[in-house]
Amino acid sequence: MSPFFIITGIVTLLGAAFAMSLRNLVHCALAMAVAFSGIAALYLQLDAQFVGFAEILVYVGAIAILIVFAILLTRSGEAPEKSVLTSGWMAGIAVSAMVFTMLGWAVLNSSAIPKETPPAPVATVKNVGDALMTKFVLPLEIIGLVLTAAMIGAVIIALKEESKNENPGRKS
Amino acid sequence: MFDKLDQIFVTALHWLVSFLPEGLRPFVSALICIAFVMSVFPGVFALTTVLERKILGRIQNRYGPNRVGIPFTKIRLCGFGQFIPDGIKSLTKEDIVPRAADKVVHFLAPVVMLIPVLLSYSVLPFGKNMTITDYDAGLLFFFAVGGAVEVSVFMAGWSSRNKYSLLGAMRAIAQMVSYEIPLILSAVTVVMVVGSLNLSEIVQHQNNYTFGIAHWHVFTPWGLVGFVLFFIASLAESNRTPFDLPEAESEIIAGYFTEYSGFKFALFFLGEYLGMFAIIGLGITLFLGGWTSPVSFLTWIPSYVWFLSKLMAIVFVFIWIRGTLPRLRMDQLMNFAWKFMLPLALINILVAGIWHYMAADWQRWLVCSAIIFGAYAILGRGLMQNQNFGKRIYRYAE
Amino acid sequence: MLGEQIIKGMAVTARNFFGSYVSKDRLTTVQYPEEHLAQKENTRQFPFLVYDGEDWEKGLRCVACQICEKECPPKCIYIVKSRDKKPDYKGQPQIYPLTFDIDISVCMSCQICVEVCPFESIKMDTKFELSTADRFGGLLLTKDQLAKPNSYYQQMHPHDAAESDAVIAAEKAKAEAKAKAAAEAKVKADAEAKAKAAAAAATAPLAAPAPTTPPPAPK
Repeated sequence: MSPFFIITGIVTLLGAAFAMSLRNLVHCALAMAVAFSGIAALYLQLDAQFVGFAEILVYVGAIAILIVFAILLTRSGEAPEKSVLTSGWMAGIAVSAMVFTMLGWAVLNSSAIPKETPPAPVATVKNVGDALMTKFVLPLEIIGLVLTAAMIGAVIIALKEESKNENPGRKS
Repeated sequence: MFDKLDQIFVTALHWLVSFLPEGLRPFVSALICIAFVMSVFPGVFALTTVLERKILGRIQNRYGPNRVGIPFTKIRLCGFGQFIPDGIKSLTKEDIVPRAADKVVHFLAPVVMLIPVLLSYSVLPFGKNMTITDYDAGLLFFFAVGGAVEVSVFMAGWSSRNKYSLLGAMRAIAQMVSYEIPLILSAVTVVMVVGSLNLSEIVQHQNNYTFGIAHWHVFTPWGLVGFVLFFIASLAESNRTPFDLPEAESEIIAGYFTEYSGFKFALFFLGEYLGMFAIIGLGITLFLGGWTSPVSFLTWIPSYVWFLSKLMAIVFVFIWIRGTLPRLRMDQLMNFAWKFMLPLALINILVAGIWHYMAADWQRWLVCSAIIFGAYAILGRGLMQNQNFGKRIYRYAE
Repeated sequence: MLGEQIIKGMAVTARNFFGSYVSKDRLTTVQYPEEHLAQKENTRQFPFLVYDGEDWEKGLRCVACQICEKECPPKCIYIVKSRDKKPDYKGQPQIYPLTFDIDISVCMSCQICVEVCPFESIKMDTKFELSTADRFGGLLLTKDQLAKPNSYYQQMHPHDAAESDAVIAAEKAKAEAKAKAAAEAKVKADAEAKAKAAAAAATAPLAAPAPTTPPPAPK
């Protein structure tokens, strides 16, 4: 529990907490970006360089931007008048604390977690690349296929809107 | 003797740090490196602002600033002291925050722009053994923090509560995201051939000489096209002409930083130029041999001098292009990125793969050049097909 | 299509850039306060008064006819006539302006005063660096500030000055010719009068001596 871990953990948890509870939706999205960078810092402390940098590149650089675009294109983003906490918030916290304890106890006592932590595997980029190309090539290709399908879907949706809006009398 | 001159900064750092106990050494070493980056690159920024104005002026048949040398004296120095009054002006202007603006986000946007940009300097090899942090995945780190700049652009545009700022921010983010893909894909070709993401290793891969000419990546077919793609994409990432629609004065006043004045504007300006230098530095590392010299009889010149001169040469070409080309419209810009640069980058990856696996003789040059230049011609012709420039038609209101 | 036009464009700007260090027509800017661009001859800014010779009060061509004051559209000229007269370039006594003020903050450089002046005495100057810190009187030019020698006019506007000098010379020649003709006519008139008087004196003793007043002396 080095001081770096404590600080990074606090930053991540605070970011996640603010992402749930801030009033202004854009502030929430930015707090989530902070939480993502906190997670990336945690990865970097575990010497998982590739994953850490990929986390920043993908989550902060693309997903956070996607979320803010979505917020902007769908609502004007003004602050809600009511408080973000509902009336029964104390009961909600109690229930979630109980669920958290149950799940934590179940996970920690399960047989999936070994009793002594194994040594960290060597995770240079070369190893990651090798693993992706040999052991995990099928998930990689399937993910590529899913992303392609998503892109084609986006293009089709955009195309359809264009053909609906086009005036019949206008030269295209 | 020249080797000592070459390593002078590294030996100075080790000597300075050796005075301290073991525990403090990494911190102080990091601090000294930070001080180095923070003093050299803003100095280059100051020089570049003056150089840009003077070079643009000469291109446009006029002098640039040529009066201010050393302030309060009559020494002119051809106007190179102009950055001092410019800096004082930026710092002493009133810091206006719009009343409806989101104060915290408005304040943090320049900070969030500057931090990733400065972080990205830590992986660039400025000279031999002169990388501040030599990560195994250094290239990935660079692109990761480059991506974080877009969040700050959005923050700046959103927090100003100005619909034109927001529009400028949206355009800027769309442009940056679209041009990041050819940028990264052209860097991928280098990684494929070198086999590592480590920037120092990429430079070392270019440090061999045949017939006196270095093995820079730009001297290969895939490297040439990759460098051109990287160059164009870095113009777009730094919001420079011809891709400066988000911030051109005649378009949208200043786009996402319209509502900024004084020190915050100076920080944005600094961040943009520093980002430009960082990405040029990466391009030099990947394609132009980093700190190596182009010909084998000039290797005695220190490595950081080579890096800096290549940096300034590419900055000169950036400024030259700014003085030459008109601005691209948003749809033309996006067309160019997605319909021309992306397919060309993908074909470039194919060609780099063919290069890597063919035997090292003249045939691979022929095959690779034929494929890549054929693809370039076909793509270029393909893009122009949709524009039939017939007789101009006028439509009048009925 | 292949981007060669971009390279051509960059070659043009490179030629501009490197040429600006070498040749003057690629760098047409002048360093303004120290060097000035040559002004064309037709340049006009604000009027000035021309004087001949060395003494500006004696040689001032203006005769205070007030035509320019009446014709000036924004009425920026203010003239006060003098009571006495002084001789002009033709030698005739003319009145002169005691006060001749032009308010150049009002003057619109239309040159109408120059066009209507019959005496070639008000012309357009070319100086434009007239800004002053005195906003109340600094832009009101008085007679002494407006008077400039004919040599200055010839330097600023050679063609116009040559025409103006020709007109003045023609006037002078005409005046001299008239004076000479008048003098000759007078001499002839004197001689005739003398002859007539002699003839009258010759026939006078034949008539009755009448009291005659002596003929008036010729003026």
